[in-house]
Amino acid sequence: MSNHVSTYNPQSRFAKWFDERLPIMRLVHDSFVDFPTPRNLNYLWTFGGILSFCLVAQILTGVMLAMHYQPSAEGAFNSIEHIRRDVNFGWMIRNFHAVGASMFFVAVYIHIFRGLYYGSYKAPREILWILGVLIFLAMMATAFMGYALPWGQMSFWGVTVITNLFSSLDGIIPGFGTAIVEWLWGGYSVSGTTLNRFFSLHYLLPFVITGLVILHVWALHVAGQNNPTGIELQHKSDSVPMAPYAVMKDAVGMFAFLIVFAWFVFFLPDYLGHADNYIEANPLVTPPHIVPEWYFLPFYAILRAIPSKLGGVIAMFGSILVLFFVSWLDTSRVRSTKYRPIYRWFFWLFLFSCLALGYLGAKPAEGVYVFWARVFTAYYFAHFLIVMPIVGLIETPSKMPRSITESVLGPGGGGAGTPAGAAAAPEKR
Amino acid sequence: MFMTKSSLRAVLGAVTLALLQPLPAEAAGGDHISIAKQPWSFAGFSGQYDKEQLQRGFRVYRDVCKACHGMKRIAFRNLVQPGGPEFDEEAVKALAASWDNKITDGPNEKGKMFERPAKLSDPILGPHKNEAEARDTFNGALPPDLSIIVKARTVEPTAPWYTHIFLMARDILTGYQEAGADYLYALLMGYKDPPAGVTLGDGMSYNAAFPGHQIAMVQPIQTEGSVDYSKDDSGKAMANYAGPKMSMEQNARDVTAFLAWAADPSLNDRKRIGWQAMLYLLVTTFLLYLAKKRIWARVKH
Ligand code: HEC
Ligand code: HEM
Repeated sequence: MSNHVSTYNPQSRFAKWFDERLPIMRLVHDSFVDFPTPRNLNYLWTFGGILSFCLVAQILTGVMLAMHYQPSAEGAFNSIEHIRRDVNFGWMIRNFHAVGASMFFVAVYIHIFRGLYYGSYKAPREILWILGVLIFLAMMATAFMGYALPWGQMSFWGVTVITNLFSSLDGIIPGFGTAIVEWLWGGYSVSGTTLNRFFSLHYLLPFVITGLVILHVWALHVAGQNNPTGIELQHKSDSVPMAPYAVMKDAVGMFAFLIVFAWFVFFLPDYLGHADNYIEANPLVTPPHIVPEWYFLPFYAILRAIPSKLGGVIAMFGSILVLFFVSWLDTSRVRSTKYRPIYRWFFWLFLFSCLALGYLGAKPAEGVYVFWARVFTAYYFAHFLIVMPIVGLIETPSKMPRSITESVLGPGGGGAGTPAGAAAAPEKR
Repeated sequence: MFMTKSSLRAVLGAVTLALLQPLPAEAAGGDHISIAKQPWSFAGFSGQYDKEQLQRGFRVYRDVCKACHGMKRIAFRNLVQPGGPEFDEEAVKALAASWDNKITDGPNEKGKMFERPAKLSDPILGPHKNEAEARDTFNGALPPDLSIIVKARTVEPTAPWYTHIFLMARDILTGYQEAGADYLYALLMGYKDPPAGVTLGDGMSYNAAFPGHQIAMVQPIQTEGSVDYSKDDSGKAMANYAGPKMSMEQNARDVTAFLAWAADPSLNDRKRIGWQAMLYLLVTTFLLYLAKKRIWARVKH
């Protein structure tokens, strides 16, 4: 944390010389070795590290793919097949990248819901949270444009449907929406020109994300990590140094995650995609169901739940924008849902709604599916705009431990005195 | 929040109605037919291609499907490569040279395009020079290139919503990726007399598996089977042949397996390397976990 005194102690003469000129090793030491982490973190806190891994993995596999990929309407689909069939281990690189995008979203959704459950968005972590939402937005843009690159039927028609949404702005200023759509396309229809610019942006955005991630981690290291109790660090005994404690736990989480990752890469590489994307893009043939990638389905369901096109677009963007404001929408005095007997129910209901919207997003927009999409869309917004402000005001939190140490060691173990378990613990520095 | 009794009743009524209503896809009247899973040798997280089956499947492709379909993403040399049918290289060279759909090459020194026999590095072409020619032959329908057809098709789930998550879990845990093959097999086996009241368009056949049920492809594999594996290419019965007998099922199964390979030629390697990776990850995760436990044993948490 910001008030944390540096314990970096360069050993060699070179290290000392270097530290006086560019204290980057000191920065790394203080941020990732000696950084105090709450002792009670659970495995949900390993997803930050997992996400950093995902970003680096996407960039590495992406750069390798880009060496063989051709961003043109004529060449794109064939170049993917060339990668799958003829490039040495091309199939593996491609599977890692395509599955990696899904795994990135699996991890980010767990990460976001973790934050929502433990109130990690509350003061003093508002900026940290907002940076997270920006990363999420940039990830969605990157993945959307990445999915266009294989130039299969789903790529083409997904781009057509989503870019066309902007034409609904014609309802506000006539001609404005159409102008935007044509500007995005670089012409009067989705074409190779569109694909080419999407490739350029798809290559650029991950580096924008990297920049945002650096700010995100910086903000984290100013405020310090939240923890399952939602109580701030107070005593030395509340925390352990990041290395080796948190680092080791992160490593276990990361490898467990990699097992799932590898399972999909090697045994189910196409499970998360669409068969239609193995048909080359054809502007003359519309697929019977145009469905986005699974990680966009809840938002797609919200889009189609609203009867008017413009309304749907507003609701869809609104469903993400509302995330920027949760720090202020939640009026609760305590952070962690663990101590919130009423809100807890609403939290699970919210999670259920998101999953239900995901299911409905994959179904055709007809009959009962629309009815339920409307019900869950209504709850999605009600959760943020009604439940969060009101429940926080009327709820009496259940009894909380006085400190993290007390939550771990039980009453009597906490407080200002020396905690029982701390004698052997190396947090005395 | 403060609803009147009658508006509450209205909402509850709507919810009950919605729950009871059949889902639209089913209500639309069986456009979704259920397609059975087949026991493929390459199925699941451990399956591999059966080389003999791929060789038989290639024969079915060559003797039946090639009359209308190409496989432009497969080169003759791929038929020799490990993990595929693994034909003998000399035999494939001869096969390429005698392939009746020639390669258009050029321009030559006179500036003219010319046709030449295929080489090992050339793609396996169908009979049509281009899409327009193919469509012209088939009344506007297009026989698609078959090189990735198995990846380009799937089976739409028909199960009710409450079983969805369990089926998903089952498919993930068993590594089910063979929906395209299941569909193709059902398509080849799906030719039936049209049910009463269905009138077929000109040149169309009724097929139970095809979406919309009217297909412009006539039944390609005959009911008694089309390719007899016990005879060699010149039609002579092979001495002491012990392989499978000719039947519609056998021909359909074999050609589907061959096309599954064509769509995913790295499957054997992929799963083999996959198990090595899994083993490495499982052991490492376990060791890391033990190390983590040891380190954390000093701190109650
Ligand atoms: C007489 C020509 C002919 C032969 C022989 C033939 N096909 Fe076809 N095939 C067609 C035509 C024409 C279509 C297009 C059908 C349509 O779109 O209605 C087609 C379509 C298909 C499709 C696409 C179906 C879909 O889901 O869109 C597959 C798969 C297929 N054929 C596989 C095969 C296989 C395998 C064989 C060999 C066993 C074969 N065909 C033999 C003419 C043929
Ligand atoms: C935030 C990180 C990234 C995400 C979420 C992401 C996502 C995606 C997705 C969803 C696809 C489509 C996969 C498919 O269906 O085949 C894709 C394709 C592609 N991406 Fe990325 N990507 C990321 C980073 C990168 C980077 C940094 C590069 C290049 C330097 C890159 C290059 C490519 C290329 C060349 C393709 C086309 C190949 C293919 O489709 O397999 N990506 N990406």
